[in-house]
Amino acid sequence: MAEFTLPKNSKVREGRYFKAPAGARRVRKFKVYRWNPDDGENPRTDIYEVDLDTCGPMVLDALLKIKNEIDPTLTFRRSCREGICGSCAMNIDGTNTLACTRAIEDCRQEVIPVYPLPHMPVIKDLVPDLTHFYAQYASIRPWIRTQTEPPPDRERLQSPADRDKLDGLYECILCACCSTSCPSYWWNGDRYLGPAILLQAYRWIADSRDEDTGTRLDELEDPFKLYRCHTIMNCARTCPKGLNPAKAIGAIKQLMLARRV
Amino acid sequence: MTSAYKIIEHKYDVVVVGAGGAGLRATFGLAQKGLKTACVTKVFPTRSHTVAAQGGISAALGNMGEDDWRFHFYDTVKGSDWLGDQDAIQYMCREAIPAVIELEHQGVPFSRTEDGRIYQRPFGGMTTHFGKGTAQRTCAAADRTGHAILHTLYQQSLKHHAEFYIEYFALDLVFDEHGACVGVLALDLCEGTLHLFRAHGVVLATGGYGRAYFSCTSAHTCTGDGGGMALRAGLALQDMEFVQFHPTGIYGAGCLITEGVRGEGGILRNANGERFMERYAPNAKDLASRDVVSRAMTIEINEGRGCGPLKDHIHLDLTHLDPADIHKKLPGIAESAKIFAGVDVTRQPIPVLPTVHYNMGGIPTNYHGEVVQLKNGDPDVVVPGLYAVGEAACVSVHGANRLGSNSLLDLVVFGRAVANRCAETIRPGQPHRRLPGDALDQALGRLDRLRNANGSLPTAAIRDRMQRTMQKHAAVFRTQDTLAEGVRLMKEINESFAEVRVSDRSLVWNSDLVETYELMNLLGQALVTITSAENRKESRGAHAREDFPKRDDENWLKHTLCWLDEKGNTRIDYRPVHMYTLDDEVEVVPPQARVY
Repeated sequence: MAEFTLPKNSKVREGRYFKAPAGARRVRKFKVYRWNPDDGENPRTDIYEVDLDTCGPMVLDALLKIKNEIDPTLTFRRSCREGICGSCAMNIDGTNTLACTRAIEDCRQEVIPVYPLPHMPVIKDLVPDLTHFYAQYASIRPWIRTQTEPPPDRERLQSPADRDKLDGLYECILCACCSTSCPSYWWNGDRYLGPAILLQAYRWIADSRDEDTGTRLDELEDPFKLYRCHTIMNCARTCPKGLNPAKAIGAIKQLMLARRV
Repeated sequence: MTSAYKIIEHKYDVVVVGAGGAGLRATFGLAQKGLKTACVTKVFPTRSHTVAAQGGISAALGNMGEDDWRFHFYDTVKGSDWLGDQDAIQYMCREAIPAVIELEHQGVPFSRTEDGRIYQRPFGGMTTHFGKGTAQRTCAAADRTGHAILHTLYQQSLKHHAEFYIEYFALDLVFDEHGACVGVLALDLCEGTLHLFRAHGVVLATGGYGRAYFSCTSAHTCTGDGGGMALRAGLALQDMEFVQFHPTGIYGAGCLITEGVRGEGGILRNANGERFMERYAPNAKDLASRDVVSRAMTIEINEGRGCGPLKDHIHLDLTHLDPADIHKKLPGIAESAKIFAGVDVTRQPIPVLPTVHYNMGGIPTNYHGEVVQLKNGDPDVVVPGLYAVGEAACVSVHGANRLGSNSLLDLVVFGRAVANRCAETIRPGQPHRRLPGDALDQALGRLDRLRNANGSLPTAAIRDRMQRTMQKHAAVFRTQDTLAEGVRLMKEINESFAEVRVSDRSLVWNSDLVETYELMNLLGQALVTITSAENRKESRGAHAREDFPKRDDENWLKHTLCWLDEKGNTRIDYRPVHMYTLDDEVEVVPPQARVY
């Protein structure tokens, strides 16, 4: 009888504990996933006590404080710190979100767990490998496709009503919070495009200036690319920008149906 | 030394460093022209700071009222306080119209007017008839224009099959024995490997260095890596004393609240609820140029009329605007104000403060994007093989003060210009000459030193000291005493970098090492900035000296150049301002008093 066990790297052990400096009055604990491919060790979770009196209000502020003052080896992506670049997407307090817009005081757990986006290969600590996610984005050829030449010296016209149809779609920041919260994507991420990419596919279908809707739908007509969405709605629940990818996916499915009848 | 590190070599016609608006526009422009192009970027393209631009991109389309690119030209010259080069400004403002039309054709989801054209809003310093009327010139996609444009430019790059090296951090420029730039050395963060990108043209599109300051609207990644590499290569940077403070950064957090809020009718108020801008700029009021508004706000606070218990900020009031309009035109800032200031903008004012936002200075270039230097009395000597675009560059179209919405314009116009220039001067597939044996020695020596740096000062500690020093000593208002003290301190801090400590010894995604390189880039530019500021004994644009309150065209109508040597010594010289235009389509605007 073969014995099955989890792969070595999936066994996360308890790591180090960093106490807040003496005299800290408002202490909050963060349990942070750590893994360094260079040292051959298993992943671990380090616990950091952070004095909120000397820390900014967001989870990103706490991570920066840890990196600057406690442990410079802690590794995570960050850039704009205002929720528009999508770099600092991670799993905080049990939810995929942006560290820069998640307030520490809104976290429910006493020890706030901070993990990389789930079900993605980890490069180091909180840095997931998004190569496949980006390749899927490129695969839908996400640019305007037209047959008609645009007018040479002025813009294409688009009515405000047609432009309104892009609201809730174009604002996506490609942070991958939604896709990595989706059980279908966890299971079939190799072939299912996932909510983020499908939202972008619909963004072009919905654009009155685009003239390639037929081909776009053809390209999605596939048991996996589109139809692995089972309306679980984790995507809409977790999106840090308040978008609703599931609704866009529903709209694509409707268009598929409509052209079949 | 070279043998100790394994280096993977790539050969391209052109390498672009940076994938913000300028870098992406250059990259796919070059790919379109048939040049083998690589774009090397430390973040995934849509994470670049262009994504955070809000209000819009200027172009005299005239969709919402009379307009002419010559008005735009005049406004930009005046906004620059006459330090901008008028040939380059003419080029930018004239090219603005086809550039924005091109963006629309590429799919940017601009907001629309009732008749389906691109929506345009008023912005600071943008007028008609040479200062007489208010122009509606700033083309907007709600208040997420940078996001809309950056994503579109990335999509176009995918369409044109541009090659990207994502999460590669550029360490140093590589030159041949004749002083031509022939490549760039970069570190692949994911693998921890070293890569030499050989190229006939290297385009620096690395953005600004806002993180030299403690409080800025800039992203953590805005560390001016191109400027830092240029300084280390012995090149001078230009007009570095001109640092723009955006009037409306959120108090505390520093996040940007677009000038478009005032364009749509938002009003700045002091603790008495007074619309104080009427006193400082009777015509333009809240839509005066950014330097003017930031100074007015600082005076209000200094004279005790600041808001809040500490009387240390100003209120930006939108409560009189129609909530439906806010939802339609300013949804992003409503969200930011809620998250970072806990404010419902339909009911409460946003607490704001002038916050470091933009570097007018940078790597000096001509309007083709070619890097120029002063050599043997000639101010326009081109550095072969080296180009710069966007905030990293100083063309100079912004002079002493940039107008809002001219930055996104700068990116696409000069990103395109540099691609065209490379196509004119570089033949696809032309062979690369052998590198001199010692070409990489300095760069690799530096890498080795920093990787193993084991001093007493963590990177973050030195960075914090630099940021606080710049914040205090090179602020909105400046005086000789504070600047001279700032120069002394910055020299000391720069020297303390010899004592830096890098704790992360690994190779894969070593962000501690990257932050240390970024700090090195920031330190050089911070020192050059404060030195140039101490040197300029006048007030012009964003450089306001309390001890020299007047503009002095007789002595200071010239660009500052500042070099930094390996020992941390600075040297200053000057380039003339281009007081001429490209042709007779528009006349030179001679210097005059600058009132709004």
